[in-house]
Amino acid sequence: MNNVMIIGATSAIATEVAREFAQSGAALFLFARNQERLETLANDLRVRGAKTVHTATFDAHDLESHQRRLEQAVELLGDLDAVLIAHGDLPDQTECQRGYQATERALQTNLLSPIAFLTWLANYFERRGRGNITVIGSVAGDRGRQSNYVYGTAKGALATFLQGLRNRLNFCGVTVTTIKPGFVDTPMTQHLPKGPLFAEARTVARRIHKAMTRGQTVVYTPWFWRFIMLIIQHIPESIFKKLRL
Amino acid sequence: MTKVEQNRAYLSWGKHPRPHDQSAVYIRSLGDQLPRPDGARTMLPFGLGRSYGDSCLNSENSVIPMAGFDHFISFDPNTGVLQAEAGTSLRAILETFIPKGWFLPVSPGTKFVTLGGAVANDIHGKNHHIAGTFGRHVRRFELLRSNGERLVCSPTEHPGLFAATIAGLGLTGLMTWIEIQLIPIRSPYLNTRTTKFRNLDEFFDISCESDSLFEYSVSWVDCTSEGDNLGRGLFMAGNFSESTKPNKRSNLSLPFPCEAPGWLLNSLFIRSFNTLYYNKQFSRVVDGLTHYEPFFYPLDAILDWNRMYGRRGFFQYQLVVPFEQDRSIIKEIFTRITRSKRASFLAVLKTFGDLPSPGMLSFPRKGVTLALDFPNDGAPTLALMDELDSIVFAAGGALYAAKDARMSPQAFQASYPRLHEFTKYVDPQFSSSFWRRVTGRLTEGL
Repeated sequence: MNNVMIIGATSAIATEVAREFAQSGAALFLFARNQERLETLANDLRVRGAKTVHTATFDAHDLESHQRRLEQAVELLGDLDAVLIAHGDLPDQTECQRGYQATERALQTNLLSPIAFLTWLANYFERRGRGNITVIGSVAGDRGRQSNYVYGTAKGALATFLQGLRNRLNFCGVTVTTIKPGFVDTPMTQHLPKGPLFAEARTVARRIHKAMTRGQTVVYTPWFWRFIMLIIQHIPESIFKKLRL
Repeated sequence: MTKVEQNRAYLSWGKHPRPHDQSAVYIRSLGDQLPRPDGARTMLPFGLGRSYGDSCLNSENSVIPMAGFDHFISFDPNTGVLQAEAGTSLRAILETFIPKGWFLPVSPGTKFVTLGGAVANDIHGKNHHIAGTFGRHVRRFELLRSNGERLVCSPTEHPGLFAATIAGLGLTGLMTWIEIQLIPIRSPYLNTRTTKFRNLDEFFDISCESDSLFEYSVSWVDCTSEGDNLGRGLFMAGNFSESTKPNKRSNLSLPFPCEAPGWLLNSLFIRSFNTLYYNKQFSRVVDGLTHYEPFFYPLDAILDWNRMYGRRGFFQYQLVVPFEQDRSIIKEIFTRITRSKRASFLAVLKTFGDLPSPGMLSFPRKGVTLALDFPNDGAPTLALMDELDSIVFAAGGALYAAKDARMSPQAFQASYPRLHEFTKYVDPQFSSSFWRRVTGRLTEGL
């Protein structure tokens, strides 16, 4: 994969994925919110061996601008082999319960913004006839829980969207990968108490890099989450509703 | 922009002592000013927590986690000069630059330390007799002070702060980026020679002969054998090879699964391990070609090896004593340790060279250094270390702050002659558990 775009590139996981690509000499286009942090990352990737690094800022709440941003990026890169959509934000569940505003913002960042990008990208890759689209979802999307069901809703709906997209693009040789990380030790989870289930961002990133290169479908990372979620998904709702999860 | 949280425990590697009410203050960008922690709290930069004692802790105060600031800034492939953020780990440097033919100028026994930590502790390695400490290879760094100053320090710009910050235990301000000189290598492999020595006299003889032949050297010592075999062990030396070996190594590292029960490390177990390890090679001298990882970082293959000591944790004790012709001091130290039956398997012996460090509080000095672990058995362990202290300090030696959790203020003040000069450069908003412990009376007197 020579030309790779990463959206939400300064997140801890995406940074490590970008480093994997940089090490193998890829040309990168990075999107993130903050220009200063983008430049810091771009320098880092150049030192590591990236062929070229372009950067641009974007606002996940300005959905109208997404298409224009992508067009400009692809024009600069020339060609696009793979894209990783990694932006997201862990909303405050209690705030979402208090008022719809917070919920709407959470759904914009975690669901509508990725879909706005994906709509254009799907058509681009469909025309191109090969490539990989990878999106970071979450195990939280596998089942709604009282502690963070707004976030879960966004990630669950996104996973469904990707299932359909995967099915559609399968016939033209484009792979669509859904990554479902468990708990990852990143700034997004900084405020949570850390347990043994927390994985390093780098470990998760290496798995994502592998999944992208291979064009895998749904990847839980670390691997054991597949089994944890299998159990959680099969608990009958009549029992599940009584659990404090 | 800052955020304060208390959920995560920032501990030192020895897990002893445990800090109380220590909060973490996060900074968003290295371009920002330093945070103002609530109340009268002081700050201390925290890297990867590989200091063993309390020098990386700030009990009842705050730490600034730095591991997220891990970006490379620039690298010149012609000169090997690397500039990177202070939270960059040595592991990241090795993984990126060894394939490009560059290596760290000085490397400690673990790659899980940050650049900032390497400077703040002025770390040393197996090439001390040739290259001196890490601080000698630092070209410059940026230091952020609590008064808002942002200073580039080098041997010529702000030389006082430069010398105070190297080995300055994070007390002089926050280093944002650091520029170091890497060294060129031809291969990730080393030509190694492992020589068995039957006692300390043999160690000193081999050490004398080998230091001119090998760039890197270190010895593992059996702290359980006595008499004629007092201080027997293996002298391991190497030079980077000119040839590359094609076969690949696996990157497998196994985590130590849980905190081990206290009874595991009994003296019989340790004695058996030492005897087996000493006898792992039959011939006196074995030459080989070794990958850099097992040569430099044998313990990194076991992640979280400190869990071996269980919840009670352990003490690491590293001393240096000067020696010219007098080998009796180090022999006396070994006799006491062996007799106590408290030592563990990780005893490391090395001779330091006489290359001076720019750091005011730098630990290495010409002589012989010994590092070993003592499981934390409470009072008897402390008593043994006190006993060793009296020999070390009587001989004009010193203990390594990065590994210390218990030396007395008197001992620290007597063995670090530039302490008074250093104190002037300490940032008033910075402190550490270690610093308060060893300077109690000193700071009151100022």
